[in-house]
Amino acid sequence: MSLWLLLAVNSITLGGLLFLLSAGFSLIFGLMRIPNLTHGSFFMLGAYLATSLIARGVDFWTAAVLSGLGVALFGGIVERLVLRRLPGAELAQVLVTLGLSFMVADVCLMVWTGDPIRIATPPVLRGATSALGLSFPTYRLAISLIAVVFAVALWALLDRTRLGAMIRAGVDDPAMARVCGIRVSQLFTIVFCLGAWLAGFAGVIGGPILSVYPGLDGEMLPLALVVVILGGSGSLLGSFMGSFIVGFLYNFGQAMFPELAYVVLFLPMLVVLVVRPQGLFGRAAV
Amino acid sequence: MKRFALATALVLLATVPWWVRGTFYVNIASQILLYAVFALGVNVLAGYAGLVSLGHAGLFGIAAYTGAKILAGGAGHLAVDVAALATTVVAAGVFAVLALRGTGLGFVMITVALGQIVWGVAYRWISLTNGDNGISITGRPSPFGLSLASPRSFYWATLVVFLAAVLSMATFVASPFGASVRGTRDQPRRMNALGYHVWMIRFLAFLFSGFWSGVAGLLYLYYNQFVSPQAVALTASAEALLMVIAGGTGTLLGPVVGAALVVAVKNVASAYIERWNFVLGAIFVMIMVFMPEGLVPGLGRLARRLRVGASSQAPAAVTATREEVPP
Repeated sequence: MSLWLLLAVNSITLGGLLFLLSAGFSLIFGLMRIPNLTHGSFFMLGAYLATSLIARGVDFWTAAVLSGLGVALFGGIVERLVLRRLPGAELAQVLVTLGLSFMVADVCLMVWTGDPIRIATPPVLRGATSALGLSFPTYRLAISLIAVVFAVALWALLDRTRLGAMIRAGVDDPAMARVCGIRVSQLFTIVFCLGAWLAGFAGVIGGPILSVYPGLDGEMLPLALVVVILGGSGSLLGSFMGSFIVGFLYNFGQAMFPELAYVVLFLPMLVVLVVRPQGLFGRAAV
Repeated sequence: MKRFALATALVLLATVPWWVRGTFYVNIASQILLYAVFALGVNVLAGYAGLVSLGHAGLFGIAAYTGAKILAGGAGHLAVDVAALATTVVAAGVFAVLALRGTGLGFVMITVALGQIVWGVAYRWISLTNGDNGISITGRPSPFGLSLASPRSFYWATLVVFLAAVLSMATFVASPFGASVRGTRDQPRRMNALGYHVWMIRFLAFLFSGFWSGVAGLLYLYYNQFVSPQAVALTASAEALLMVIAGGTGTLLGPVVGAALVVAVKNVASAYIERWNFVLGAIFVMIMVFMPEGLVPGLGRLARRLRVGASSQAPAAVTATREEVPP
């Protein structure tokens, strides 16, 4: 397989993972108006929890779902016990999430030590699949497929259900949504837990590719930030497109300009901020 | 009274190398002062202009890296310092033009991104910055023939720079420009309507803030005689912000107290427990949740209440809450 094709496959895989991570980040940002700086920690925590579960003989997919639930529980506690105490103080909330991310990183370092841990690829998905006369790594294809399935499911949830309509109302105009009898504060908890679950789950299924190591949180968080700024906050389509753009920029940037990979990644974001501050798919602020 | 307190503080600060024992503590005192200069710089934006930056370690690092690079090229210390500070101020201008596209959280996110770009260059552009290994320099400067090699002499040099920073902050706060910066924080629309150029005021505040961050970056370079990507990381920006917030934003003394607290806790905590980052995060969360105004205003309020007596304070609080009750 040629280098370029391999890079493209890797980009799509990373894009899929980033979508799972940033969809929740974007929803939280859209609804609660805070960039949740613990989101990278959710990703890392999910992966670490899964390594412990798998070491105790739990099957990969069960471990992924359970770790996601563990992270969601943690997210719920953070939202209920900490963020809830700072209503309206958005800056304080952001700084608290930053403080929490330091604490999570340090606890992970203490519990799982500093050595990178690799999560084994589930046996069924090992090896390569051939299509169109080319062979692709099966697991990477599976991740892309999972991302697409989740994208459709999230779209259906947001666009077709009562809960989704309530969330959209909360994103658009929280004050008016409250007047209509929607308990926006309850939505905060639901969305925060959902976002945390997605991030934790993404951390687990990303494990076989990225493995888990201290500092993974700090690597994923800026990527999620770039995705949301590029795509526009609160927009599912925005995070979907943004994720794949960032996936390609990151992989091709690293291959072509290894010394300037971060510049290649952040420069387009700055351009978008300057030209179109609401993001490519976001709506202009009222 | 105030003049007496000021004189006492000055005498205490100047004599630190005599009454603290051992070079370890003199070095910690130097660290406190250099981080206080950094925190004072961050406070110009976070405190007085209401713009919270999480990318100031980038400016701090640009000064340190530029200084280290030019020193390695063999230039004299004075030329190096001037060039490094000029570069930092220009970089601060670029940061400001981009970051001032947003206010509030937009500003925070753009500064995070800018800080990460600087970190990425420091970490990955190995031919320029030597990557993770960092750059070492040999020797501290000797202004006016006085060598700064010993911990004591370096402490006094840092103290001089620190006092200059405090003096410039006091002048800034008292000046019409300082008042207009606070005006853009509290009432940007009214300031605009009154004919002030809000963007330009914020831009100049950013340059002022960047300048002192750069000075702190140079002090850091001379103190450690080494700079690595760690100095530019998001953690470093967050630490500087923690100093400002812990001490009290928008006060002159707050960042200094915050810097002393963070540097002291960091060195003391790291001597006893390994989990320094956990302690940092926990302090951050505790302060935000329980004392969002910071230590200096919080303690000041306490002192006032003690002096005036709780009885005269209580009715005022009651009327204040009554006003908020809707009719």
